[in-house]
Amino acid sequence: MPLWLSVYASQEIALSDGIAIELRDVVKAFGDVHAVDHVSLQIRDGEFFSLLGPSGCGKTTSLRMIAGFEYPTSGKILIHGREMSSTPPYQRPVNTVFQSYALFPHMSVEQNVAFGLEMKRVPKAELGPRVQEALEMVRLSGYGARRPRQLSGGQQQRVALARALVNRPEVLLLDEPLGALDQKLRKEMQLELKGLQERVGITFIFVTHDQEEALTMSDRIAVMSHGKVLQVGTPTEIYERPSCRFVADFIGETNFVEGRVVESAGGYATIETSDGIRLRGCSARPLSSGTVATLSIRPEKVRLLPQGEGNPSAENALPVRVERINYIGSDTRITVRISDERTLNAWEQNDRSTVDRNAYWQPGEESLLVCPADNALVLTE
Amino acid sequence: MRPYGPPLTHGGPTMALDTLQKQRQRSSRLRLAGLLGPGAFWLTLFFAMPLVIILLYSFMTAGPRGNVIWQATFEQYTTLFTKDIYVNAYTRSIWASVLTTLICLLIGYPLALFIARSPQAWRTPLLFLILIPFWTNFLVRIYAWQIILSNNGLINSAFQALGLPTQTLLYTENATLLGLVYGELPFMVLPLYASLDRFDFTLMEAAADLGASRWRAFLRVMLPITMPGIAAGSVLVFIPTIGQFVVSELLGGAKVDYIGNLLQRLFLRSNPPNWPLGSAMAVVMMGVLMILIMLYFRSTTEEDR
Amino acid sequence: MIEATSQTKTVARPASASERTSLGGFALLANAVLLYTFLYVPIAILVIFSFTSDQFGVRWTGFTLDWYARLFANERLMGAALNTLYVALISTVASTIIGTLTALAMERYRFPGRSGMDALLYLPIVIPEIVMAVALLAFSAFAFDLIQSITGTPIRRNLTTVIIAHIAFSISFVVVVVRTSLKNFDRRLEEAAQDLGASGWQTFWRITFPLILPGIIGGALLAFTLSLDDFIISLFLSGPGTSLLPVEVYNKVRRAVTPEINAISTLMLIISIALVGLSQLAQRRR
Repeated sequence: MPLWLSVYASQEIALSDGIAIELRDVVKAFGDVHAVDHVSLQIRDGEFFSLLGPSGCGKTTSLRMIAGFEYPTSGKILIHGREMSSTPPYQRPVNTVFQSYALFPHMSVEQNVAFGLEMKRVPKAELGPRVQEALEMVRLSGYGARRPRQLSGGQQQRVALARALVNRPEVLLLDEPLGALDQKLRKEMQLELKGLQERVGITFIFVTHDQEEALTMSDRIAVMSHGKVLQVGTPTEIYERPSCRFVADFIGETNFVEGRVVESAGGYATIETSDGIRLRGCSARPLSSGTVATLSIRPEKVRLLPQGEGNPSAENALPVRVERINYIGSDTRITVRISDERTLNAWEQNDRSTVDRNAYWQPGEESLLVCPADNALVLTE
Repeated sequence: MRPYGPPLTHGGPTMALDTLQKQRQRSSRLRLAGLLGPGAFWLTLFFAMPLVIILLYSFMTAGPRGNVIWQATFEQYTTLFTKDIYVNAYTRSIWASVLTTLICLLIGYPLALFIARSPQAWRTPLLFLILIPFWTNFLVRIYAWQIILSNNGLINSAFQALGLPTQTLLYTENATLLGLVYGELPFMVLPLYASLDRFDFTLMEAAADLGASRWRAFLRVMLPITMPGIAAGSVLVFIPTIGQFVVSELLGGAKVDYIGNLLQRLFLRSNPPNWPLGSAMAVVMMGVLMILIMLYFRSTTEEDR
Repeated sequence: MIEATSQTKTVARPASASERTSLGGFALLANAVLLYTFLYVPIAILVIFSFTSDQFGVRWTGFTLDWYARLFANERLMGAALNTLYVALISTVASTIIGTLTALAMERYRFPGRSGMDALLYLPIVIPEIVMAVALLAFSAFAFDLIQSITGTPIRRNLTTVIIAHIAFSISFVVVVVRTSLKNFDRRLEEAAQDLGASGWQTFWRITFPLILPGIIGGALLAFTLSLDDFIISLFLSGPGTSLLPVEVYNKVRRAVTPEINAISTLMLIISIALVGLSQLAQRRR
């Protein structure tokens, strides 16, 4: 890590109680539509923070308000404790990597990277070395004289990164920067970006609609929908303990079983479906009996036992019939019928013999589905 | 910019968002006025006003010495719609424009199709070849036809060499039509090419696969889809043709009157000039065109729906 | 059953289709060859006969440069050419500046009356030139009378009247061309510049202006060509004693066919092609 960056990063943390960006009850209305609806967030220094959600959820608008391209209708935006809600973008200590990169086509790579420093009137003697250093950091030394259109998508992406980072921003904003890359390059860049962030120690705010990308790279994630933040947490928290049905559904895959609460105590709740199936799962808060609730079980946490094994009368054990089998290589995805109206998905890792046909389930086979209550969640919305 | 240092507005009062927005609005309005002002001023004063003036003049009385007497009358319009010379000029001009448009369409469509079906690398050069004559002065292009068509011109020289009798080619209405088609053809081909270039030719294969003959596929698939191009090309050819006077003078010999010839005479040549009548002629011509253009826009917007 | 029909289809189709394609293709090709000939023969003849020694310029009697020499010796024509150039230069500069400003306003702002302005901008393109010419003639007479009655000084139509009129019709064309390049312009580049610390003014001159410059140059060259080639408005608005080249050519052509006109036409052709070629180059540099 270049020395200047480490000095910089450590100073920042000392100066602002460790909060790089704070959004306080921010609203952005376009006409009658609330693109961002009372959002409050605190993003810590040095953090890789993702805003995750489907398109139109307000994540990009939030990012643009931090950058200064949009001004909030109400609420405050603080950058290292300084109110910046109405500061124009060119006076904010943040820089952006755009989805389309937005490299200036009439300038060389070097001129692109130097642009921000020129605007800040950095002396010529300092400017050249800093540009070279930034290009080195993204492994593009020697490309300085080229025009952006002479570079590949991945290289353009790295120029955009260098152009932003060379300004030593307090926070780097990234608006779906990997969206335009193909799958393989995308995976590579994910790791590279994460590595870069760890080296320079600058706070990254990363906007994406790709949940896998967010889980891979982020320290913390804010899941957004319809202008609201639904949950903020580490990847594990978001995946294992989604706060609501939307988050459970949006992150990864899951089975939902709807029913009414029959019993709730000690961090657990039991629901009963209309066809009499009882399932127990974790519940963040006690629920009164009769509340409509949904049980979420991740398919990889469901176990299928061969007939005769296991105790059918144990908690969360259901006799089932195997209905459909999809073999996808690493996993086998099995749909089982738990009642006349309901099916569940179960994923089994293919850690067994590859030649023994009996190692796999067959349609019509009877089985016992087991799912520990600790791995299931009762959600009320 | 202050990347370090204490928070600037920590806890203190900040400028209210709405005052800030008002300030921004005011400066953006000023900028808009600066950008829009010159163009709006120029076009209003030197384009819209003149149109208003001829509209006014068209309801005024013509003075004996070519002046305009400010006395309201419908006389000019009555003259236009009753006197043969004017009625004939309108029908002749409209008919010539319709014929020119139709001929341009009939020969221009296959040409545009030819270019659209050419290999990719050839299309731009082929289009440019159509444009180059269009970049030369209109007068010059029409004058070239005089050389070809005149009694001792190229064609008649060739006839003489073959022992054939001399034909009167120049100063005929057919020569006028030829000149008009020659002058306006690029305006037809370009929009046609634009819509044919976007046309997905696999649709023709789909139509053939469903049992349509090539001709039927053309009528039922290609023609309707390229209709906006046909409409645009027709408007572009029709507008300049209806007001022309140079072609009918240089190639038609000014034997018969088109609207343009009468306008030129009423405003510049006749002694005394009659501006009110000329204004009324121009106003009626604009009216006819506006109706046609409105029809055109209606047809293309329906196409989009 | 189905297989059988599909088989006859595949057997029968290609033969007849290719036959018809070649026939249709031939018709298309023939039409194209004829039309390209039709477009170019007059121009070729014009150029060739500017070098003939025949005094009527309609047959080939030998090579000469006499007509070009006479042309350059003709003070009236040369004066008209200079006038035309002068008018074109001034109206181009003015209409390019006004047109670019207007294009920026139309593309970058929403304001009441925007659609009215749109209509005002499109009208000069769609109305016949002769209507604009007579309207401007009537207006100039009206305005001159008004000025004379107020100030007492009589004014005549002169080159300035023509310049004003040329600016009025060129603005719309400049606006169309510049608006196209503003439409193709990626607004995110401006955001990127602001993000990197450039103020609004810096952003315009460092990013927006260089990127729409080809469009502005294209618009300027179009305005220049339109002004050089304009005949109708020049005819109606130039006063006595202020002759313009297209009007002179028109007056000559109406009187008699002489190879001098061929020579001047050839020169005008070369200038037009050079100008439009330049504008194409400027626009392609994008």
